[in-house]
Amino acid sequence: MKYLDEFRDPVVAKKILDEIHVVTTQPWVIMEICGGQTHSIIRNGIDQVLPKEIELVHGPGCPVCVTPLEIIDRAIEIAGRPDVIFTSFGDMLRVPGSHKDLFMVRSEGGDVRTVFSPLESLKIARENPDKEVVFFAVGFETTAPGNAMAIAQAAKEGLTNFSELVSHVLVPPAMEALLSSPSNRVQGYLAAGHVCTVMGWDEYDPIAKKYEVPIVITGFEPMDVLDGILHTVKQLEAGTYKVENRYARIVEQGGNQAAQALIKDVFEIANRKWRGIGEIPASGFKIRKKYASYDAELKFSVGDIRTEEPEACISGVILQGLKKPHDCPAFGKECTPQNPLGATMVSSEGACAAYYKYQRILDK
Amino acid sequence: MDFPDNLSCPVPILSHDTVQLAHGAGGKLSNEMIDKIFLPRFLNSTLEKMEDQAVLDNPGGRIAFSTDTFVVDPIFFPGGDIGDLAINGTVNDIAMSGAIPRYLSVGFILEEGLAFETLHRIVLSMEQAAKFAGVQIVAGDTKVVNRGSCDKLFINTSGFGFVPDNVNISASNLELGDKIILSGTLADHGMAVMTTREGLSFQSTVESDTAALNHLVQDMLGVSSNIHALRDPTRGGLATSLNEFAASSNVGIQLYRDTLPVKENVRGACEILGIDPLYVANEGKLVAIVPPDVADEMLNTMRDNDYGKAASIIGEVTDKHPGIVALQTGLGANRIVDMPVGEQLPRIC
Repeated sequence: MKYLDEFRDPVVAKKILDEIHVVTTQPWVIMEICGGQTHSIIRNGIDQVLPKEIELVHGPGCPVCVTPLEIIDRAIEIAGRPDVIFTSFGDMLRVPGSHKDLFMVRSEGGDVRTVFSPLESLKIARENPDKEVVFFAVGFETTAPGNAMAIAQAAKEGLTNFSELVSHVLVPPAMEALLSSPSNRVQGYLAAGHVCTVMGWDEYDPIAKKYEVPIVITGFEPMDVLDGILHTVKQLEAGTYKVENRYARIVEQGGNQAAQALIKDVFEIANRKWRGIGEIPASGFKIRKKYASYDAELKFSVGDIRTEEPEACISGVILQGLKKPHDCPAFGKECTPQNPLGATMVSSEGACAAYYKYQRILDK
Repeated sequence: MDFPDNLSCPVPILSHDTVQLAHGAGGKLSNEMIDKIFLPRFLNSTLEKMEDQAVLDNPGGRIAFSTDTFVVDPIFFPGGDIGDLAINGTVNDIAMSGAIPRYLSVGFILEEGLAFETLHRIVLSMEQAAKFAGVQIVAGDTKVVNRGSCDKLFINTSGFGFVPDNVNISASNLELGDKIILSGTLADHGMAVMTTREGLSFQSTVESDTAALNHLVQDMLGVSSNIHALRDPTRGGLATSLNEFAASSNVGIQLYRDTLPVKENVRGACEILGIDPLYVANEGKLVAIVPPDVADEMLNTMRDNDYGKAASIIGEVTDKHPGIVALQTGLGANRIVDMPVGEQLPRIC
């Protein structure tokens, strides 16, 4: 398949891998930010074939994983109302709230639907004027333009029965939070290619300079990931710390200007809680006042629902790259994809689920 | 609604255009529906007697019996519909024992208001599927439920066939060194239904592979009756069937990645939705576990059959990692192919 197969070619991948082995002379800790990259690394067994000096730690870039429990509980509260059609991307439906997940809300009679785009939710809103249609707007900068567009479009059409439950988070503040933590081990970053497609890479330059870490933007196919690792290691070995774009087939320095304008029109920067990490200042989006009537949190007055995380789960330290899923006593025992204790076990992009799915027993 | 085939067989004229609750009440309307819609299409000497049961000859030996219920949404999809799916599904379940499927029963649950035009089209497709598979429909039942109590129509088929004396096929028969043969491409049916349901369109339509595989199985048994295990990987896909084999026989299964065949457009759909073809339903494919000494001849014979043209050897049975299915990645690493948990969910990004 064009644009995929050439980035999965095992022969070329092997060449990059050999080069990584050649340039690596000492131990390095590299974090891939994005859960899509984590999934690709584990699925293709990249971590199994790297030099033993290179440790990959899995970052917080999994939207399902970092959405705080209280937002899930708010979603469940809204979705259970008889006048609501609650719409969401598929993988949010299985995330456990305090007492149940959205699938259970559906089995109890709630109208919960999977959509592939927030614009689909808009269509449902047009077709069901007597219902309140809510879209669960989670994710990073990647999904923000689409979610902003749905609100802007609803406003343009004068739709009053559409709203979004927003839990949008941003990558650069999380990178900074991790780097400034006293327990930080990360020496280099693989930046998330699709986030940079939207936002460009200007915001990464100050981080690279301030913390003296190389940041290499890369994609999701095995060759992209290997190439990203190679260029990070090269910089680490040379002692440089630049932002490097190795995903140039998609990413431009200024990003997607039209998408950024949409985001800016609808959202403003806000403090956000990250599941397992806690509140990070200015690390997310909330809906601007002028679009307040599209904010489901206000519309359904669920802002008061506050929930503490369960203690057994160590997903917080896993999301910070301090521990690996295997280090958790509950991993594969009390905590499995059938019965996840924390969000990193739910999404296929979560580190725990990826380890469980692909490496549970073979690497013993 | 278009009628690409069977133009020679127009919808019979009935006193109603749509199914009424009375059509399920056992009176005149029920009889009219049976006489005009079902009987002409399914007719055989057993059904013709219109008794409360089918009385059939017993040739002796072992019987393979199976049942399945079909609730697919949408009821029409590229490559098939709920009708041929219902025939092929039960035929294949019987055939995976090595049996020759012979007789089916069909139970319909119809939603009040269903157009007879739709029902007729489905019954025609069942007739054709049964004819191809060589099975007779010898018993049937119809119920009509209130609008909203079911989605258009549900179909149950049950059936049986006769297992040849020297054949013993079971998930617990796997032996070290056995080869794993897949009869064709993966994920066609599941992705056809999913792309239709979600309104996703591609340059070339993703078509279901729904087909009866009993003739293919008999061709294979012609090569050797020593087939160790057979499954048609429907719900849960190939990954589920192989995990069941590995668990039942307590052996490991090693797949050679580069040989897993998926059609280009199906792969595209899977990539877009973030879905792994290993876990997607097939309705016209089988996976066979055979001793290594018959594998090549088996493969060649399968390739001579229309439903095994793209057959390939995809892996082997190993004593490493018993109970586990593993797959070689392009980089030479080995990863687990686990049982799926619930339905696969399209990812956020």
